[in-house]
Amino acid sequence: MMQSSLIGRVARSENLRGWAMVSPTALVAILLLAAPLGMIVAFSFMTDGYLEILPEFTLENYTKAWADPLFRQILFRSLYVSALVTAATVVLAFPIAYFVSFHVAPERKSLWLFLITIPFWTSYLIRVFLWKVILGYSGVINSGLMGLGLISEPLTFFNYSVSAIIVTLAHAYAPFAILPIFVALERIDRSLLEASRDLGEGHLRTFWRVTLPLSIAGVVSAVLIVFIPTVGDYVTPQLIGGGKIPLVANLIQNRMLDLDNKPAGSALAVSSMVIVAIISVAFLWANRRYLRVGR
Amino acid sequence: MKALKLYAVGYLVFLYAPILLLPLFAFNDAKVISFPLSGFTTHWFTEMTKIPALYAAFKNSLTIALCAALISTILGIFAARAATRFSFAGKGPIMGLIMLPLVLPDVIVAISLLVVLLQLGIALQTWTVIMGHVLICLPFSIAILNAAFQALDRSLEEAAIDLGETRVSTFRLVILPLVMPGIISSLLIAFTISFDEFIVSYFLTGSSPTLPVYIYGQFRYPAKVPVIMALGTLLVLGSFVLLSIAEYFRRRGIKRRGGQDTGGFL
Repeated sequence: MMQSSLIGRVARSENLRGWAMVSPTALVAILLLAAPLGMIVAFSFMTDGYLEILPEFTLENYTKAWADPLFRQILFRSLYVSALVTAATVVLAFPIAYFVSFHVAPERKSLWLFLITIPFWTSYLIRVFLWKVILGYSGVINSGLMGLGLISEPLTFFNYSVSAIIVTLAHAYAPFAILPIFVALERIDRSLLEASRDLGEGHLRTFWRVTLPLSIAGVVSAVLIVFIPTVGDYVTPQLIGGGKIPLVANLIQNRMLDLDNKPAGSALAVSSMVIVAIISVAFLWANRRYLRVGR
Repeated sequence: MKALKLYAVGYLVFLYAPILLLPLFAFNDAKVISFPLSGFTTHWFTEMTKIPALYAAFKNSLTIALCAALISTILGIFAARAATRFSFAGKGPIMGLIMLPLVLPDVIVAISLLVVLLQLGIALQTWTVIMGHVLICLPFSIAILNAAFQALDRSLEEAAIDLGETRVSTFRLVILPLVMPGIISSLLIAFTISFDEFIVSYFLTGSSPTLPVYIYGQFRYPAKVPVIMALGTLLVLGSFVLLSIAEYFRRRGIKRRGGQDTGGFL
C-alpha cells in the first residue's frame, strides 16, 4: 500500500518534471502548429462571406470540392505522381543503403552518408531549376544525345511534363528513403546471415529470406516519409511544369489566396490530408497484416 | 559486388548532377542556360555584387536563419531532454505533434499559419517568417539533440548531484559540455535549413523577401538566370562548409562520449 503510493508519487513527479521540461517547446508547437491546423479544419466547415468567414456550420465546402472534377483530377494526379516518386525513390535507394551498410568499411560509412545527404541540403530551388535545364527541350540530355548522333531530333516525352516532375522529386527525396532503410539494415544481426549461409542457403536466398524481411520496417518508413510530403509539393510543379501541371498544393494555394475563399481552400487541404492519412494507415495495416511488420 | 559499387557511384552521379552543372553555367559566357558552353567568364559574379535587392535579401535571410537556428536549438534542447530523460503521460502525442512538420507538407504548415495571421490582422514581417522556420527546423534539431542526449550516461548526472551540485548547476557543468557538439551541429543544420527554406518564406514574407524568395522571382526573367547560377555556386559552397563543420562536431560528440558512429544527421 505504502509502496504503491510511493511509486505513484515518484511517477507523478516524473510526469511533472517531464512536462515542465517539454512545456516551452510544446507551447510553441500547440500555438503555431496545432492551433492553426485546428483553425483550417474549423474553417472548412464554415461559410464564406464576402470579406469575412461566417461561423455557420456547413458541409457545402466538401460537397462542392468533391463534386468539382478539377479537384478530383488534380488530387488523383498528385497521388499518382507521389506513388510513382515513392516507388522510384525507394527502389533506387535500397541498393545504396544495402551497399553502404554491408559493403562499406565501418569507418567510412558516415562519409558515404554525408556524401549522400549533401545535395539534399543545398539550394532546393536551384536544384529543381537545374533539372528543368537537364530535362528540357534543348536541355543537357537532348543536346548530349544529339551531339553524340544518337538522335536527330530532341526527345520530348520528358520535357516539362509529369515525368520531369517525377525525376525531380525522386532526386529531392532520395536521402529520406536511403536513411531509414540504412538504419534498418544496420540493425540486422550479422550472425543471422552467417547462420543462414551455414545452413546451406545461397547469397540470393539469404538476402530474400533473411535480409529483406528484416529490413522491411525501414522500407515501410521510407515509403511513408517520401509519400506524405511529396503529395503536397508546391515548388516542383510550379517551376518544372510552368504551372501548367498543377498538383494539389498549387490548387489549395489558388483557392485559399488567389480566390480568397478560405473555407473552400481549407476543405481541399483537409480532404487531401485525410486521403493521404487513409492511404498511409491502409499501407501500414497491409504491411502488418501480410508482411508482419512492426510486431 | 563490383556491380553494386558501380551502381552506388552511378547513383552519386545522379545525386550530384544538378550541383555539378551549377558552376559550369555560372562561369559560362552566355545568357542562355544550355549546352554547348561558349566561353569562360567571371562576369556573372561581378554582376551579382551590383544588385542591391540581392544584398538586402541575403541580409534578411541571414537574420532569419540566425534567429530560427537559435530558437529551434533552444526549444530542441528542452524537448530532447524531456524525451530522453523523463517518461511522462502524453509524451508520445506531444512529441508526435512537435515532429509533425517532418512529414507534413510545408505548404500546409505555411498556409495554416498564414491564415491565422491574416485572421488576427497581424502584418507579415520578418518574425512571422522566423516563427514558420522554427516549426520546420525543430524536428531536425530534436533528431540531432535526441541522439546527443540519449548517449548521456545518467550516472554522471547522479554523481554530480551526490557531490552536492544542484540540478541547474549539474546541467550547466556536466550535461551541457557533453551535449555541446550536438548543440553546435543542431545550430548549423537549422541555419542551413532556414537559409534554404522557400515555401514558408514565400507565404509568410512581408515586403522584404528572403534569398530563396528573391531567387524564385528571378527565374521568371531568363536574362537574370546566369547571375542566379553564380549565386547558387556560392550558396552550395557555403552550405558545404557549414555542413562539414556540423558533421565534424557530430562525430566529435560521439567520440567524446565513447559511442559508436551509426550514421548521418536524420
